[in-house]
Amino acid sequence: MGDLFWILISAMVVNNFTLALFLGLCPFMGVSARVSTALRMGGANIFVLTITSLCAWLLNTFVLSYAPYLRLISFIVVIASLVQIVEMVIKKLSPALFRQLGIFLPLITTNCAILGLAIFQTNRGYGLLEGLFFAIGAGLGLTLALVLMASIRENTELADVPELAKGTALVLIIAGSLSLAFMGFAGLLSST
Amino acid sequence: MSHTPPPTAEPEVPAWRLIVTLGSAGAFAGFLLVFVFGMTAPTIRANKAAALQRAVQEVLHAPYRYDTLYVVESALRRQPPVGVDPENAEQIYLGYSAADEPIGFAIAAGEPGFQDVIGLIFGYDPTTRTVLGMKVLESKETPGLGDKIEKDSTFVRQFDGARAPLVGVKQGRASGSDPAEVDMITGATISSRAVIRIINNALERFEPLIRMYAAGDP
Amino acid sequence: MRAPTSADATLRGIWRENPVLIQLLGLCPALAVTNTVANSLAMGLATFFVLCGSSFLVSVFRKLIPHEVRISTYILIIATFVTIADMTLEAVVPTIHKALGAFIALIVVNCMILGRQEAFASKHSVGTAVLDAVGTGLGFIIALLMMGTVREVLGNGSFLGVSLFGPSYEPWVVMILPPGGFLTLGFLLLGLSWMRRRKTSKPAVREWPEGVADKRAA
Repeated sequence: MGDLFWILISAMVVNNFTLALFLGLCPFMGVSARVSTALRMGGANIFVLTITSLCAWLLNTFVLSYAPYLRLISFIVVIASLVQIVEMVIKKLSPALFRQLGIFLPLITTNCAILGLAIFQTNRGYGLLEGLFFAIGAGLGLTLALVLMASIRENTELADVPELAKGTALVLIIAGSLSLAFMGFAGLLSST
Repeated sequence: MSHTPPPTAEPEVPAWRLIVTLGSAGAFAGFLLVFVFGMTAPTIRANKAAALQRAVQEVLHAPYRYDTLYVVESALRRQPPVGVDPENAEQIYLGYSAADEPIGFAIAAGEPGFQDVIGLIFGYDPTTRTVLGMKVLESKETPGLGDKIEKDSTFVRQFDGARAPLVGVKQGRASGSDPAEVDMITGATISSRAVIRIINNALERFEPLIRMYAAGDP
Repeated sequence: MRAPTSADATLRGIWRENPVLIQLLGLCPALAVTNTVANSLAMGLATFFVLCGSSFLVSVFRKLIPHEVRISTYILIIATFVTIADMTLEAVVPTIHKALGAFIALIVVNCMILGRQEAFASKHSVGTAVLDAVGTGLGFIIALLMMGTVREVLGNGSFLGVSLFGPSYEPWVVMILPPGGFLTLGFLLLGLSWMRRRKTSKPAVREWPEGVADKRAA
């Protein structure tokens, strides 16, 4: 059980998907202007990540042992279809939520974090439970990074930022400071 | 005026065309990948085997040859467990000298260190209960500090002849009188502690198996 | 508007519309693997290969691919080339392949490549499409090399593994760690923004009569 906990915490803060592993940067740059949007994007990501982890495990266990070279293609096809399905399901079940998420859902397909999760999970040989904890930790980490960035940006909206730095340059520099701060989590769960 | 082709006349593309396009693209992709896979797989396997061999050579101090022992139902066997790909099965290695005498076992193990999982391989002689050598295979520890566990040759050499179970002490305190003491690295406490812990834990797991194997095998 | 000349198609992607520095695409690999120049070069070349290969195929088959399934087909083509690059790298340079890790496979979701197919390769002849791919690919390599150089020189005191400042240099370790990636790209973009500002303000000064020019430059 301790192992699972380590996997979750590690994916969430020690090796944060965005701030340490550089995955999920497109939404990070584009979506992180408002805390409410960031939260919703993060939630959608957690959901898709968990299901992707499950599908990746299924694929790895039952199909891909016969054709390892088809791994990438099958992963990306599954992810694309998954996002389509999730979009349709949300549209059916909660049109309000669908309207709120809007453009974010299709954007999740090209989110390197989703594919990245599937690949990391495969490389590290995680089982079903480990993969799920990994996905939840990763999703929480992504959401955390998004929300932190969004709140900083909201707070600095009216700040006196030099003209040169406005825009992506500023976001990157803020991200650099966040990443530096998150490095403090290293060694968090190292037992004796 | 740039030349653009006139728009196609048909308002809707028939479903069979969509399927044929995707199908043929998929088939082409599959065919190409099988071909490249066939060409590269042998080289990749050879590279992996060579890397493993180099690691075992290093920690067992150039054995003449080595055997692979697989963990099958809490015992060590020369045959891999049924139905499992030998490459993925849990295994350790037994090195022999040119005179066909066993030198020691090489065991690979990994556990979380400071930043991420540290993977290493170490040699072990069960008769004298000494570690023969240690080599870090995978580490993402902090460059300049934690990564000294693989870059600092003084640290690595200490494992040569250290008595198990290992005891980590503050740098400089290992007097030499206790063969189990290993100097840790200042500024890399957690990383060096992890290395010692990995070796001790692996030995805790494999010593009973090794003893059983030694007892049952001539 | 005249159709882009061949030279234009290539040069545009290299600097004026540099995929990483101007269009801000493909940021994930630009930050993740640029901790050494060797890794940056390998990643740049792999992406270059995938980009040119897919642009070529997409352009060749552009009339045959129905509009509805075009994205899926592009992704299939891109994924095939990425898998080929992955297997080739693993067979030929296993150390670099290990350093790049999952990011080779992540070339597939590099928005730059899909964007290029959608915006250009599917609408132009093979020759122009390939030239555009070459230009964009070169631009990508250049951007990555710029990042890699800054990070390795400052963070490790070396270039391509060759130590520049000797053993007494205390490396600015953070540069090869994740925060360094963010900060490097951030300041690089800042520098470019500054250069662009200087360029646009210069001609204006010449046009104004004396006296007013001084006030403008202030």
